[in-house]
Amino acid sequence: MKKLIWLAIAAAGGLALLAAQDARITIVGGTKPNIAIPDFRGDSQAQPLMSVFNQTLWGDVEGSGLFKMVPKTMYPTTVPQQPSDFRTPPPAPQQGRVRGGQQMSVPQTGGGLWMSDWSSPPASANYFAMGYTAVQNGVFVLRAWFFDLSRDTPAAAQVIGKLYTGSVDETGARKTAHEFAADILALFGGKSLFGTYIYFVSNRTGHKEIWVMDPDGRNQRQLTRFNSTSIEPAVSPDGSKIAFTSYARGTPGIFMFSVDPVRDLHFYNQAASVNETPAFTPDGKQILYASSAGGRCCRIFLANLDGSGFRPITSSSFIDVEPKVNPKTGGEIAFVSGRSGPQQIYRMNMDGADIERLTDGTGEASNPCWHPDGHILAFSWTRGFATGNWNLFIMDVASHKYDQLTHSEGRNEHPSWAPDGMHLAFDSTRTGRTQIYTMLSDGTQVQPLTTLGENWTPVWGK
Amino acid sequence: MFSRKRKITVICLAVGLAVFANGCKKKVPPPPPPPPPVKEQPPPPPAPRAPTISQFSAEPSTIQRGQSATLRWEVSGDVTNVSINQGIGTVQNAGSQRVSPNDSTTYTLTATGPGGPSTASATVNVTAPPPPPPPPPPVAPTVTFPQRLERDVQDAYFDYDKSDIRSDARDALTHDAAALKSILADFPNASIIVEGHCDERGSAEYNIGLGDRRSSSAKEFLVQLGVPGDRLKTISYGKERPVCTDHDESCWQRNRRVHFSPEQ
Repeated sequence: MKKLIWLAIAAAGGLALLAAQDARITIVGGTKPNIAIPDFRGDSQAQPLMSVFNQTLWGDVEGSGLFKMVPKTMYPTTVPQQPSDFRTPPPAPQQGRVRGGQQMSVPQTGGGLWMSDWSSPPASANYFAMGYTAVQNGVFVLRAWFFDLSRDTPAAAQVIGKLYTGSVDETGARKTAHEFAADILALFGGKSLFGTYIYFVSNRTGHKEIWVMDPDGRNQRQLTRFNSTSIEPAVSPDGSKIAFTSYARGTPGIFMFSVDPVRDLHFYNQAASVNETPAFTPDGKQILYASSAGGRCCRIFLANLDGSGFRPITSSSFIDVEPKVNPKTGGEIAFVSGRSGPQQIYRMNMDGADIERLTDGTGEASNPCWHPDGHILAFSWTRGFATGNWNLFIMDVASHKYDQLTHSEGRNEHPSWAPDGMHLAFDSTRTGRTQIYTMLSDGTQVQPLTTLGENWTPVWGK
Repeated sequence: MFSRKRKITVICLAVGLAVFANGCKKKVPPPPPPPPPVKEQPPPPPAPRAPTISQFSAEPSTIQRGQSATLRWEVSGDVTNVSINQGIGTVQNAGSQRVSPNDSTTYTLTATGPGGPSTASATVNVTAPPPPPPPPPPVAPTVTFPQRLERDVQDAYFDYDKSDIRSDARDALTHDAAALKSILADFPNASIIVEGHCDERGSAEYNIGLGDRRSSSAKEFLVQLGVPGDRLKTISYGKERPVCTDHDESCWQRNRRVHFSPEQ
């Protein structure tokens, strides 16, 4: 059995370390700083919304995978709400003379009003967020600060001091929390997932349709209403369009819709028994798909966004499906092919040259998805398990070294990288019916997003 | 009156006759020589008569369109040619001919001979037949098109990740070809869908492709056996429409199939 060599990849400017001998493909790594975020309070009008606010702020920061969250049970009793709440600790006491047998007691802690209350045990935080909310002139207002506790004074420690606004309802509370969290994450090279969307397939209406939701599973909305079988969504790089495969007009064909408003853009399908697995090029100007046009299923074609100007890229007489263009370089395609037997993952240039198999030929491999940095593929594979028993893997394309992320907690397929390059969405049968989950790319922090009906193929986009 | 020359001739003749007559009796006189032929215009021979058409009839004289009548004729006398028009042409002097004109037609018989032509006519009246009665209503088929498919056409099965026709599938499809031809003949407006399916184990995307290869493969086989290809349409359902969901080979094999369904 070959020895697996692990590689470490730095997050996009993030804090992950390159570990020399223990090289593992991890996007998240290294030592995470400790962050303390006490619950914020609001005035009488804002307070009813603060539970939602605090959950959102905590969830976004924790979900980024960039920090170790200090549990609230370890916080001091008094929580400052603004920089001026902080007190300066008194100077250290001199060697005291004992008077009347009693020693002068000097407070060792500010109860929460000293910065050191937060940076010392038990909290031992490196960073601290504080603030409060109020409703002012019918607007939900958040005043928020972010402190680096390694500095001496509040003035020096302040990194963010900002005002955020939103509507006086849960939406506004979430929005301001999302925005503050995004600013915190940006300091550490992280990208907030606020404002991104996950497109997916759900059969909860009785038919497989294309749906969309927020990355925390909120706001699940139905986009297609074909009452047919609509599957395999893809989203354009700018987030304005989706493409998918549907049986709405008989045999499987490709559809392209604008997202806002939801409207059919009338993609031209070649006359063929199968047109499926559409994908956008990174410049958003072209589309790839698999088709049985001109022979047997299937070859990979490149076309304009409206379907015109199509030409084949592969010429094999085997099943070539699921083309995915490298989002960083736009110069190569990963795809699935049965040309050497059971389905495996290959890469090739945009013109079809230089075809190379990436997986080692064992088991079946499927669903390639490029990491935003263009070096790593996530995919599903049955390697090491019986046929049909899929797990998620990530592979460094240059070296073909891979890492396994799931271990037969049901079938795990269709991984999709979040724009932050740290999270993956995927579908899994681990609770019986297929549902959608997110997790960090090291396999931790698995979060379920769907519960109604069955849900598949998440695609994470802007 | 007689010319002078003629008078002398007659007198000479008379004298000669008397002398001859005297000689022959005992001495009868020789008979006079016969008179020379009279150089006079002979009277014209009697004119020949035209042929006699003793009969020319059509029997019956009135028919319905599509039926036939018989022409009978008899021509006698001095005949050189007998013909009847309306495309019949030259005929014997006597005879009969069956005719089936679409419309009322008058036949003319022309008999020619030295005495001139004779003609006669016979008319066949053609009446339009009464409209045919409507055909009886069709007997409701005892078996509908979908029922025929279900009853007579069986699924064919495939090996894992394969679309080629293995031997049991060959037998099934050969049997199906005959049934399909019969069904398509009985239901001339219908088309049949050849569905390709897969078991649950491959990825959904790849299986749409594999199912398409299976349905194309089966259709090709059937067309080679004479099933009309323009009446067969293919579709792949990948693993979207399983007939069972157990996770064992027996169920997986049941799903790796082509299935025939009526086009709606």
